[in-house]
Amino acid sequence: MVDPVIASRLQFALTTIVHIIFPVVSMGLAPFLVYFTWKEVRTGKAIYEQLRRFWTKIFAVSFAVGTVTGLVLEFEFGTNFAAFSTIAGELFGGPLALEGMMAFMLEATFLGIFVFGRERVSNLVYFVSSVAVGLGTWLSATWILIANSWMQTPRGFEMVMENGQSVVNLVDPIAAYLNPRFPWMFVHMQNAAVESVALLMAGIAAYYVFRHHVWENPIQHPDFWEKTLKVALVVLLITAPIQAIQGDAYGRHVADTQPQKFAAMEAVWETESYVPEYLIAVPTDLDSLFDPRAKELFGIGIPGMASWLASGGDAEATIRGLESFQTEAPPVAIVFWAFRIMVALGFWFILLALWGAYRWWRGELLEDDLLHKALMGSSLLGFLAVEVGWIVTEVGRQPWVIQGVLKTTDGVSPGLTGAEATFTLAGFAGGYALLLLLYTYVVVRLIRSGPPSRDELAAVESPTTEEAVSVDD
Amino acid sequence: MTELATLASEPLFGLPLADLWFALVFFIFGTFLFLDGFDFGVGVLFATRSSEDEKGRLLDAIGPFWDGNEVWLVVFGGALFAAFPSIYANLFSRHYLLMFAILAALGLRGLAPEMYEQRDDATWKTWWGRAFVVGSLATPFLIGLFAANWLLGATTIVTLPGIVVGLAVVALTVVDGVAFLRLKTRGELRESLATDGYRALAAYLALVVIALGALYATTPGLRSALLSPLVVGLVVATLVLAGGYALATARDRYYLAFIAVAGLVFSLVGVVAGSMYPLIDRASGLAVEDAIVSTLPLNVMTIGAGLLLPLIFVYFGVLYSVFSGPIEAGESY
Ligand code: HDD
Ligand code: HEM
Ligand code: HEM
Repeated sequence: MVDPVIASRLQFALTTIVHIIFPVVSMGLAPFLVYFTWKEVRTGKAIYEQLRRFWTKIFAVSFAVGTVTGLVLEFEFGTNFAAFSTIAGELFGGPLALEGMMAFMLEATFLGIFVFGRERVSNLVYFVSSVAVGLGTWLSATWILIANSWMQTPRGFEMVMENGQSVVNLVDPIAAYLNPRFPWMFVHMQNAAVESVALLMAGIAAYYVFRHHVWENPIQHPDFWEKTLKVALVVLLITAPIQAIQGDAYGRHVADTQPQKFAAMEAVWETESYVPEYLIAVPTDLDSLFDPRAKELFGIGIPGMASWLASGGDAEATIRGLESFQTEAPPVAIVFWAFRIMVALGFWFILLALWGAYRWWRGELLEDDLLHKALMGSSLLGFLAVEVGWIVTEVGRQPWVIQGVLKTTDGVSPGLTGAEATFTLAGFAGGYALLLLLYTYVVVRLIRSGPPSRDELAAVESPTTEEAVSVDD
Repeated sequence: MTELATLASEPLFGLPLADLWFALVFFIFGTFLFLDGFDFGVGVLFATRSSEDEKGRLLDAIGPFWDGNEVWLVVFGGALFAAFPSIYANLFSRHYLLMFAILAALGLRGLAPEMYEQRDDATWKTWWGRAFVVGSLATPFLIGLFAANWLLGATTIVTLPGIVVGLAVVALTVVDGVAFLRLKTRGELRESLATDGYRALAAYLALVVIALGALYATTPGLRSALLSPLVVGLVVATLVLAGGYALATARDRYYLAFIAVAGLVFSLVGVVAGSMYPLIDRASGLAVEDAIVSTLPLNVMTIGAGLLLPLIFVYFGVLYSVFSGPIEAGESY
């Protein structure tokens, strides 16, 4: 039996890591779909209808799986983190309720129209539906990130005794909900979603373009995939640099507000100045490989760079070391490596965007097989960056579940037994593996079958004969 | 800051907000049960149809709606969490395995139709069809079990009244599914569904009687509440509505039948809420007044809900009117 605290944490980690994949697809696709719909309605060009219909199918499947996995997360606050929910519920429940009422309702109802209703509504209503769906996905991010950012930089509350328990009391909703972390997190997250979807699109399109132009193995809709590749590259060119530049400033904000997390990201144990930024750091003997406090590290670093990052330009700046905090450190190795992987990917995406842009400018976009391969190989890396980014955020916050207010170990449901928690953890491990497999299967099939052909589009547009069945009651 | 200070010190417009939120939480729950109820019912009826064409029409009928309907459950969780956090935490952790069973059943229900339509081979369709039926049967059963256990203050998962209520909810969702499908389909399918509706209705009424008897017999603490005018009135209303449903179905008044089902669902939820009040959690002995969050977040949430709920009804109005009338086969994307 796994200890209920560990099992709950593992289960929450597993279920969020799976959930976030689907919101990233839908939040990232949202602006693309709005754009395709707009162009379709305005220009009437078949290519935009193909784009819209193709990506809407993938959106719809992701949304359905997002609903199934998201509901699990909402329930888990009650089932596994009952103490946390009781203590922080006054502040934390509100955003979740508002998320449901404001965002999911908008998204789910208009998605019905967006997916099933093209023939039933006017162009304008159809376009409005696409905007409503997109807005819904972004609003849900707003509220869930308000909840999460409050756990990172809690504000606007005081602790009071209630029924013999010290609980959070909301005193200033504006300070609490517009806490300092929120804007950083929102911009970084939403840009990450769009960037990840652009990478996914570019990767898939590159595969078809590659088959068509490099292997000369003709495909069905070459113009469709070329257009997809170009749209994706433009978006990547915009989002990739923003992500890195904003992420750098975001890092400074984390250094200010959660110094312990920042120390873990940089693996700084003792308070020092002129701290190097290690690109890699490996323990020098095997024993210390699993010891988070290992100090005998072999590292390759840029001198003064971490100080420079933390302070925004001063290589001499002091970084507070992990030893100087009273609470135990988070699992440093995980945070350190997750952060490095994210940043490395961030720079790789910039490179990829510049490379694509350069080839395009030279008129060689469709022929450069190395670029195509790089794009194909990177199609899922945006999702990887999102996952490791969240691991930095959430694991780096440990041992706190609410920074400086409540320890994770004190947030778990008191009555939960190891047997129950282990049972559901095992169930999720198996069930979610299956879910991911099925999702991949469906998406791959959708991609394989490609966009609807021009003939199919024409068939749909001509009015059907049995259109007007009267409603007889 | 003065506005904030008044928001923090007294309930909005001096309203009895704790009671209002208690009612709202159950109203949202009832809306979920009514709307997603017809999806579950369609899932159960799916088992009774053998032709591919009819099965396809059943799936197409709920296609645009089920996801939106399920969001009412999300909102139920959110509203309970926001207004009564300690109850949310207590109830959900106490019924730990039951909650995950509900999630698993809902997951199956949501996933199966998506998968069903992916491929044409027979084995694939048979198995995903079964999964759809199982998910659609298990979810309302488990939700009924959960609601009854909540009312009882049970600390175990399996209780006799819980099982009866679970079965009753399944029967009710079938009645709901029939009423919905009779709006959404035409021809022979529509005609043949009427019989399913009568049978499910009879089963529902019988199960309600058994459930009330079981509650009365097993839980002395509930006896006076069960005999209160409100609960008795709701039981009478159930009988009247059931008669109305049967009559409307016989006369092909499809909308009236559908509205009667809504009445049946809200009566049932009203019985649960009405016999629970003024407590909100019998197991911990907490009353609505004690479990409510403090004034400031309550006021903030009340403003939020007051602004958003009317909008949500507009969204649903738009959705249901866009898809009014029969759904054509293969109408998608
Ligand atoms: C496409 C995905 C992606 C890419 C390329 C990057 N990030 Fe990121 N990052 C995320 C996706 C992400 C994320 C998953 O979305 C996180 C988790 C929480 C959040 O707000 O964003 C995150 C968190 C996150 C945090 C932790 C914040 C916290 O603890 O609350 C920092 C400091 C950075 N990022 C900084 C960067 C830097 C300097 C990058 C340089 C290139 C970078 N990110 C690229
Ligand atoms: C979807 C992206 C997210 C991912 C991938 C993610 C990942 C994780 C991980 C890996 C943990 C385990 C940390 C540990 O125990 O060491 C965790 C814990 C947790 N996260 Fe997140 N998280 C995400 C979003 C959120 C959001 C939006 C919230 C709040 C609204 C949240 C609330 C929590 C809570 C309450 C815990 C449990 C307590 C804890 O272990 O700290 N997470 N998450
Ligand atoms: C860990 C805390 C989280 C919880 C409790 C949670 C809760 C939920 C719930 C209940 C749903 C289903 C809603 C429906 O029925 O449509 C959902 C879907 C969704 N969630 Fe999460 N979520 C979490 C993390 C996140 C994060 C970090 C994001 C992005 C910033 C996010 C964005 C979305 C979006 C956009 C959807 C809509 C469905 C989809 O597009 O796949 N969620 N979430």
